Amino acid sequence: MKAPSFAYAKPRSLAEAFDLLERPGAKILAGGQSLIPSLNLRLSAPELLVDITGLKGFSEVEVKDGMVRVGALCTHAGLEKSEDINKHLPLVAEAVSHIAHPAIRNRGTLGGSLALADPAAELPACALALDAVLVVAAKKGERRVKAGDFFKGLFETDLKPAEILVGVEFPKADKSVFLELTRRQGDYAIVGLAGVSRPSERRIAFFGIAGKPVLLMPRSLEEAKASLPTPAADLYHSAATKLHLAKVLLERAWNRL
Amino acid sequence: MEQTLTTTMMVNGTQVTRNVPARQHLVDFLREELGLTGSHLGCEHGVCGACTIRVNGEIVRGCLMLAVQANGCRVDTIEGLSDSKELEKLQAAFHRRNALQCGFCTPGMLMAAQDLVRSKKNATREEIRAHISGNYCRCTGYQAIVDAIEEVING
Repeated sequence: MKAPSFAYAKPRSLAEAFDLLERPGAKILAGGQSLIPSLNLRLSAPELLVDITGLKGFSEVEVKDGMVRVGALCTHAGLEKSEDINKHLPLVAEAVSHIAHPAIRNRGTLGGSLALADPAAELPACALALDAVLVVAAKKGERRVKAGDFFKGLFETDLKPAEILVGVEFPKADKSVFLELTRRQGDYAIVGLAGVSRPSERRIAFFGIAGKPVLLMPRSLEEAKASLPTPAADLYHSAATKLHLAKVLLERAWNRL
Repeated sequence: MEQTLTTTMMVNGTQVTRNVPARQHLVDFLREELGLTGSHLGCEHGVCGACTIRVNGEIVRGCLMLAVQANGCRVDTIEGLSDSKELEKLQAAFHRRNALQCGFCTPGMLMAAQDLVRSKKNATREEIRAHISGNYCRCTGYQAIVDAIEEVING
């Protein structure tokens, strides 16, 4: 189908973007790999698209003080090609190869994926497992939100109207594991997990099992299995199947953490 | 009233400037405004890959990009890559190996395949399959397509 009618603006600065976002029915357009399908399917009808991809300085990867700071406009392909990501965040490097297909990874962005908060998406779970901090900008200034507080529910985040997610700070993590079950390469996950092991704790974030990524911080495999919530069924898989598959992934992941 | 924006892009080496409705996606623009009907529209929501084109040298879903977003960009389509002979080897291999039947997916498939040919000297069948995983073919069962791409990449 064809998208409904809307207006389009491409601001050159954050200040200009904030002004545009105050207009009624304004919506942020980044890579557009989820928004444009939803427009073409007429599931969404914004009055104004504010294309933020012209903003400079929000797509870099920077390593500083044990943190990897990534601009929200960094594409999935940008993450995939980044040596810093491969070196310091192998979890993200592994996860990105599961996101859709090369042509989509060339446009889709880190910030877009996190701000959309699809329950079956890879990057929100990675952010949660890594205990990342999301940097959110508004006219009044910046605020920082922990991933654990950012994801509120199904396609629901802590972002307020006229706020823009501008970057993410990931603490480095060299010991991690990423596993995902799909019917075909690049499909949305049936079940997936992003796990990070640090000297003090193990953080395992599941995706595809609930309205938002689910974090477990178990001390043992048995405890992890027991603390898994009953997943929500989807069109093809019952709750019991998903729970079984989640446990299978836990077992596969456990010895690598 | 529908908003239109003046948009300029370099399509297959030729600069074009048009007034484009904000909501028009890039493949509709190429097909309807420029008559470049080689890029196909299958699903129009980013699943099938029939609309794969190159923007600034990288393959994208043409149906998931607005024409106005291509303002200032270089856009290359199946027509451009055929005329420049960049796809010559792949096209010959597809022909030789019977890697198409109805041909609907073929332009997008060639664009995705050429992306791999450009970036890799050697590729396993699994890597080839992963790279074209976003391009659906309902006729061939993919075997012959993978054969053709493998022949071009691995010689």
